[in-house]
Amino acid sequence: MAWTRKILRVDLSSGSCTSEPLNMEWAQQYLGQRGLATKYFISEVDPKVDPLSSANKLIMTTGPLTGTPASTGGRYSVVTKGALTGAIACSNSGGYFGAELKFAGWDMIIFEGKSAKPVYLAIENDKAELKDAAHLWGKTVWQTEEIIKKSHQDPQTRVCSIGRAGENGVMYACIVNDLHRAAGRSGVGTVMGSKNLKAVAVRGTQGVSILKDAKAFMNAATAAKKVLADNAVTGQGLPTYGTQVLMNVINEMGALPTRNHRDSQFEDARKISAEAMIEKRPSDGKSHLVTNNACFGCTIACGRISKIDETHFSVVNKPEYWGASGGLEYEAAWALGAANGVGDLEALQYANLICNEDGFDPISFGATVGAAMELYELGILTEKQIGMEAPFGSAKALCELAQMTARGEGFGKELGLGSARLCEKYGKPELSMGVKKQEFPAYDSRGIQGMGLAYATSNRGACHLRGYTVASEVLGIPVKTDPLVTTGKADLVKAFQDATAVFDSAGVCVFTTFAWTLADLQPQLDAACEGDWTMEKLAAVGERIWNMERQFNNAAGFTAKDDDLPPRLKTEPVKTGPAKGLVSGIDKMLPEYYQARGWDANGVPSKETLARLGL
Amino acid sequence: MQKSLHIDANKCTGCLQCEMACSYENYGVFNIAKSRIKIFSFEHAGRKVPYTCTQCAEAWCMNACPVDAIRVDAGTGAKIVNEAICVGCKVCTIACPFGTVNYVAETGKVQKCDLCGGDPACASACPTGAITYVDADWTGLDKMRAWAGKTDTATRASA
Repeated sequence: MAWTRKILRVDLSSGSCTSEPLNMEWAQQYLGQRGLATKYFISEVDPKVDPLSSANKLIMTTGPLTGTPASTGGRYSVVTKGALTGAIACSNSGGYFGAELKFAGWDMIIFEGKSAKPVYLAIENDKAELKDAAHLWGKTVWQTEEIIKKSHQDPQTRVCSIGRAGENGVMYACIVNDLHRAAGRSGVGTVMGSKNLKAVAVRGTQGVSILKDAKAFMNAATAAKKVLADNAVTGQGLPTYGTQVLMNVINEMGALPTRNHRDSQFEDARKISAEAMIEKRPSDGKSHLVTNNACFGCTIACGRISKIDETHFSVVNKPEYWGASGGLEYEAAWALGAANGVGDLEALQYANLICNEDGFDPISFGATVGAAMELYELGILTEKQIGMEAPFGSAKALCELAQMTARGEGFGKELGLGSARLCEKYGKPELSMGVKKQEFPAYDSRGIQGMGLAYATSNRGACHLRGYTVASEVLGIPVKTDPLVTTGKADLVKAFQDATAVFDSAGVCVFTTFAWTLADLQPQLDAACEGDWTMEKLAAVGERIWNMERQFNNAAGFTAKDDDLPPRLKTEPVKTGPAKGLVSGIDKMLPEYYQARGWDANGVPSKETLARLGL
Repeated sequence: MQKSLHIDANKCTGCLQCEMACSYENYGVFNIAKSRIKIFSFEHAGRKVPYTCTQCAEAWCMNACPVDAIRVDAGTGAKIVNEAICVGCKVCTIACPFGTVNYVAETGKVQKCDLCGGDPACASACPTGAITYVDADWTGLDKMRAWAGKTDTATRASA
């Protein structure tokens, strides 16, 4: 069955683990994963809840295609009220954990309450129990995974966990699974830490069977895999170069935010690009990149596995970092690099390793360092306060600050607040580059106008994965639009947001959408899932999910004024490159977007819209 | 022509499509725990390595079996476990030097790769060509060709 039809409810306060049937009526309306878990979350949690209180809940959820041979069918998501944003959060991860959870027989785990002491959840098929995690508290993600696998005497066990960042209240802590895949954004790991939940270990040997029409499903999955293989991006670009292939492309467009968005082109972009990853280093004659890797079921395999330069200052005498490990991906390389002006690839990989090892989001961390460096250059933060010199471009500061943030030491504690709270604290809130307290990813809203609108209206705060109009504005997928204009972007953003909500709810990776449209996903879902899954139904599911998330945020206290970009992007024109002279046209696009959505001028869905979507 | 599974670990990305295909072919379920081919991850080297039965000509498992439950398939050369005869004594799992015959507690029998009757599902499912099904006499051909290219001094001289 595409859905296992079982939910595991874990009450951390009382320590009970109970099984309950999945609401199949909701499954027909919200599909699975992001949509279905958000429906559960919203039905059970007060929107005004303090994200770090025991009344907040945290849901780990698979989709109907998770654990099937549909390409990339191994995803799971974490849904909660984000610690960083206070908005609905849904962070998606690959690796092998999601499929294992499905194979154990669970569609989702709902964590509620708060444990009095550190615990971890151990699942072996139908059996689930909370176990003492006193020996794991204070340990990194990597140590936690190793200790659990050893103590369970089962190397096949899959683990997701928080590192010290999640324990220490870093506001953008991740939940990391399989060593270097992460439910990364919005502080879902912070919420997990606040509940004294250290890890989830899963062993599932039941598998997935009895799809609605197995033969049709295998045919549809095979046809869709061919579409990925034949596509230039998913068949060649991503497996060969990874997401990093974008670094030079976006820089040449003049849309690579640099030094906290002061600039939009980075003079050292080449040094931190995919091309640099495969060049031989002068120090040891080896390339940074070792190989590419796939997540469960993925026939794209964009993941990067690299080895750091053992002679680099960050890892001299630290052999524990010399082995092959995850990174660099585009977003991390940008946030740790261009965003704070650092052009040292090995330093970026070191900071990236620390983010993976102790579980915090390299996008928010890197961008927060960028904000701190600007405060330092303005003389608002001093060498004494930070504990070191921290001008833009300092690789040494980046590496030191990553360690301090991981361990919760010194100025690392302040960086753990995220850029919004940090800049607010030092009287310069306008220097935080983000939306709804979440930092921007690697595309400048001035040079790619549609992304500005996508950021401003993203339900989980600034994010590239909610409506990736870069596909259209840069790569011409499915049609090329002009990145420098605002015309037509409201409809474009809406279309991307609604379609993405379906992919995020299916159990597959959003990167398939470089090649797939809903028409490629639909036959797979329709063959796998009970019910009649037409294109019309899926389109409605996507729009329903978007509006449901919006309703939660509105009820949580967000208003139209939160759908905005920092003043820098609206008033300081791009200095160089093809977008020179431009600012974001967000003020023009936003009303058009509200209208396209069927929302009023305050960003509130109209009665007609809600009725149309069955909300 | 006898064919053989040929594994090139350099091409493996660790997607586990082969493991799903194997379990689906043999048990009608997507369940990597039941796969007869396994992908091993060597994290620190960044290596993913597929491994399964190589169908030895003088199969240790077959010779060790006290009830003759393992026979050679005349068409494919695969050593096949006859579940009706297997008594689950596990002697073959001890005899196999490579560990590719495994006991299945659920059935009380052993399982191993049977080459899917000559059309291995793992090879069909592999998206990168890490697992192929080739002429058994030429499993090393691609490697030979690659080395031949490297040692071809004429090409190098003219380049």
